[in-house]
Amino acid sequence: MIANNSAAVRMEIMEPRAKRGNKAFFWNGICMLFAFAAAFATIPAAHAQSVYAITGAKVYPVSGPPIEGATVVIRDGKIAAVGKGVSVPPGAKVIEARGLEVYPGMFDAITEMGLNEIGEGVPGSVDSHELGEFNPDLVAETAIQIESEHIPVVRVSGITHVITAPGVGGGGFGGGAAEIIGGQASLINLAGWTPGEMDVKRSAAMIVNWPSQPGGGGRGGFGGGGNQPSAQEARQAYLKHMDDLSDWLDRARHYQLAMHNGTVSEEQRDLKLEALVPVVKGDLPLFIITEDPRSIRDAVNFCDKNKVKMILGTGTAALEVKDLLKEKNTPVVLQPTLTLVREEDDPYDLSLAMAGQLHAAGIKIAFGSYTNEFARRLSQQAGNSVGFGLPHDEALKALTLYPAQMFGVDNELGSIEPGKMANLVVTNGDLLELNTEVKYLFIKGQLTSLDNRHLRLYEKYRKRP
Amino acid sequence: MIRLTTHCSTRLLGAALAFALLGAAPQAQESNTTLIKNATILTITHGTIEHGSVLIRDGKIADVGTNIAAPAGATIIDATGQYVMPGIIDCHSHIAIEGGVNEGSVSVSSMANIADVINPEDPDIYRDLSGGVTVANVLHGSANSIGGQTEVIKLRWGLPADKLVFEGALPGIKFALGENPKRSNSPVFPGATRRYPATRLGVEATIRQAFTDAKAYKAEWDDYNRRKATGEQNLIPPRRDVTLDPLVEVLEGKRYIHAHSYRADEILMLLHVAKEFGFKVQTFQHVLEGYKVADELAAAGSGASTFSDWWSYKLEAYDAIPYNAALMTQKGVIVSINSDDAEEAQHLNQEAAKTMKYGGMTHEQAIKMVTINPAIQLGIDKRVGSIEKGKDADFVIYNHDPLSVYAQVQKTIIDGHTYFDRQKDLAMRADLEKEKKSLIERENKEMQQQRGAGGRGGRGSNPGGVLGTAGDSSAGGRS
Repeated sequence: MIANNSAAVRMEIMEPRAKRGNKAFFWNGICMLFAFAAAFATIPAAHAQSVYAITGAKVYPVSGPPIEGATVVIRDGKIAAVGKGVSVPPGAKVIEARGLEVYPGMFDAITEMGLNEIGEGVPGSVDSHELGEFNPDLVAETAIQIESEHIPVVRVSGITHVITAPGVGGGGFGGGAAEIIGGQASLINLAGWTPGEMDVKRSAAMIVNWPSQPGGGGRGGFGGGGNQPSAQEARQAYLKHMDDLSDWLDRARHYQLAMHNGTVSEEQRDLKLEALVPVVKGDLPLFIITEDPRSIRDAVNFCDKNKVKMILGTGTAALEVKDLLKEKNTPVVLQPTLTLVREEDDPYDLSLAMAGQLHAAGIKIAFGSYTNEFARRLSQQAGNSVGFGLPHDEALKALTLYPAQMFGVDNELGSIEPGKMANLVVTNGDLLELNTEVKYLFIKGQLTSLDNRHLRLYEKYRKRP
Repeated sequence: MIRLTTHCSTRLLGAALAFALLGAAPQAQESNTTLIKNATILTITHGTIEHGSVLIRDGKIADVGTNIAAPAGATIIDATGQYVMPGIIDCHSHIAIEGGVNEGSVSVSSMANIADVINPEDPDIYRDLSGGVTVANVLHGSANSIGGQTEVIKLRWGLPADKLVFEGALPGIKFALGENPKRSNSPVFPGATRRYPATRLGVEATIRQAFTDAKAYKAEWDDYNRRKATGEQNLIPPRRDVTLDPLVEVLEGKRYIHAHSYRADEILMLLHVAKEFGFKVQTFQHVLEGYKVADELAAAGSGASTFSDWWSYKLEAYDAIPYNAALMTQKGVIVSINSDDAEEAQHLNQEAAKTMKYGGMTHEQAIKMVTINPAIQLGIDKRVGSIEKGKDADFVIYNHDPLSVYAQVQKTIIDGHTYFDRQKDLAMRADLEKEKKSLIERENKEMQQQRGAGGRGGRGSNPGGVLGTAGDSSAGGRS
C-alpha cells in the first residue's frame, strides 16, 4: 500500500509544471537546484564515482577550527583534500559554494530507520520490536526498508548516516515481555540500492533495555499494565533480570572459550551466544537504555565488572551520576532534549541544559532521535542545547565526531579530513539554525537527491487548480 | 518522540515545588505601571520597533513607541538587546487538567466540561510560561466524535482555578474525526464490545444524529420560550438535556467548535455537516491534510491549527507535511501552530520558525502563527495577540530573535505581571534544593519512626504509571 501511494505521487509530479504561485522566485531556485542535482549522478549510485570540488565555502572540519574560503575535493567516495589554496583537480565537477558552509553529515546516534514506517495502527510496517526478552542474534540491517519515506525526509535535514536499532525502549508488545536484549544496531548511510550498500557497520552496538526498578519508572521492563507488583516483588524481579543478563554474558564467555578450543560441534551451535561473543570480547559495545539514576549506576558497574564496553542511552538522569560516568569514561547518547523534564520538581530547563552540563563534567555526548518521525529535529536539539550552555563547536562534535568515536568508526566518519568517507552537507548557514537549508548533500562521495515525500506533496497541492 | 517519565514525586515534594514556584507569582508590592525599554519590539500588527518601549498600566498596554518617558514610580524593565513579542497563544493544549483528559465511554460526551477540572497547580502551567505561553485553549482528548466543552485560560500561575479563565472568551467544544474517535488504535479489553463508531462513516452519522437531536430539542425550547413570552399559563418546560445544551449553543453561535482532524475527506465531511445544520466550524485542529483542501477551508472561514512537523506516527499522519501551515496560509486560511503537548508548548516560537524554511513564510507571518492568528481563532484578538495600545499587557521577552534556535525566554508577562522570570527561577533553585532535602529528611525520619529502620521513605512508585496530563490526549496516544 505504501509503495503504491508513493508511486502515485511520483507520477503526479512528473506532470508538466503548471502555473507557478507567487513564490515563483523561491521555487525557481528549488527547481534549479533539482535540475543541478539531476545533472549529476543522484542517489543511489554506488558506481560511476565522480570527482567533485566544493570551492569558496566556509568549511567546518569539526576536527579543527572552521576554514574560510576553503576547497574540499572528493574522489572515489572519500575526502581527498581540504583547505585553503587546495587546487581543483582537472575534470572535477565544481560546486561554487561562496557564501555557503560545509559540515560533516550529521550522525543520528539512534533511530529505527527503515524498521519502523508508521508507528501506530500499521503493524505490518513495523519491524523494530520482536517478541522475547533476549534477542542478541537479531540484526537491524536485515530488514531495512530501502524505500522508507523517512530516509529522504531525514536526509534533507542534513543527516547522512544513522544508527538504526531493534528493540529501542523495549516492551513493544502491549507491555508484555520486555526486550531486555533488543538486538544488534547497525550503522547505515542514508543512501544505497540495498541494505548492503547502505552498510557502514552491520553490527555497531548491542541494544539493552536495562530492567526497570521499583519506583524508578523507565521503559521496558515490567509492570506495564495489569496489576502492579509490590515494591518488594518488583525489586526481586529487577535483581533476577540483572542475574539473567549476567548469566547470558557468562555463558557467552564459556561459549567463546569453547569456540576458541574448537569444541563447539554443529549441533551445539547457539546463535544467540555466538552473537554475544563480540560483546564479551570487548569489541561490541552494549548500548544500555535506562532513565533511572540507580539503574545507570548498576549498569555502569555491571559493564565494568564484566569488562564490556558501554554506551549509555539516557536523559537528565545522567546528571545525577555524572561523577561515575566521568570516572568510567562512559559516553552518553542523550535522549531527545525536547523531552518534558522527568521529575515534577526538576528545573524547567533541565532537558535543554543537560548537554551543556554533561559536557562541562567531561562526559562525551552525542545526540540521538530514538525514533524516526522526529529525526529531522536532531539539529534543533543541538541548537537548543547551545542556547542553554553547550559550546557551539561541542554541539557540532556531538552531532558528528563523538558518535563516530562511540561506535568505533572515527577513522572513517565524523569530520572533514582527507581519507574519510565523503559524507558532507553544504548549507546556506549555521547547521544548527532552524531556517538553514541543506543545498547539497554527499553520501559516500555521491551527490544525493534532496527530493522527498513532503516536498512532492507540497509541489502537487500548491498547484491544485 | 520518546517521552520517558519517572514517577517518584511525593506529595511533600509537590508541595515544596508549589511553594517555591509561587514565589514567581505577582507580588503585592508590584507597581501597576511598568515600562519595558530599549527593546526590539515585534508588534506583529504594526511592524517592528527598534530601541522601543512599551508602557504598561493596570495590566493593559498604555503606549508603544520609541520615546516614552517613565512615569514616576514605574517599574523599569531594561530590555537592551532583547526582543519583546506578544505572549504566545497555544490553540491546542491539555495542561492544567485534573484527572482524565478523555471521557471515553461514549462518542458524544458534550456534557463533560473542562472548566470543572481546571487544576491551577499543574506544573505544566509554569513550564508553558517558561516557553512564553500566556494563553492556552484547554481541550479534552480526541476519543469522542463530539467531545467535551473547552475553556480558554490565561496562565496566571499561582492564582486559583477561577482566576485562570480568560474572561469573556467564548467557550468551545472539542470534536474529533478519524482514527481516534474510531478507536481503531485502542485495545478492546476482554469481554468488552467495541464502541460505535468504528469507521469515518460512523463518525459522520454520530455527529449528524447528535445535531438532529439538538435541533429538535432546540425547537422544543424555542416553542416553550415563545409561548411563555406570550404569557401562556401552566406551561411545562421541556426536559433539560445537558448533552444537547452545548450543541444548541453551537447552533446559536455561542460556542466554538474545535475539530480534531487529519484527513482531507473528514475535513470536507464536517464542513458539509456544518452547512447542512447551519453552524460554523471555528477551527480544525491538527488538520494535517488541510493543505489538500485549503480552498474549502478558506471558503468556509474556518481556521486551521496545526503542528509544525509531526508526521507518520499513524496512518492518517502519513501525508502530513511541514509545508502545511504555509500552504494553507498562501490559500487564505488563518493558520496557527499548536502544541497539543506540554513539552512542545515550551518552544512554539521555534515551531513557528519552521514555516519560513518550509513554504517561505516571512518572519512576521511565522510569528503570527503563535500570536495574532490563534487569537483570531479563539475570538480574543481584540484583547491579545499583538502589541497595541489598549490590549492586554501579555508579552514574552527573549534574549535573541524569537525565531532563532538559540532564543531563550527571559520573562513572560501576563496582564502586566511577570509570571516567569529566568533570573528569578535560577536564583530560586538553591533554596528549592535545600527545602526538598529537608522535607525528604523529615519524611524519612517519620517513616523510620512508623516502620522502623530502612528504606528510602516515600519514594514509592506511582501506581498508575502515568502522570496523566498532557501528551495523553487520546487516552494513551498522541493526538
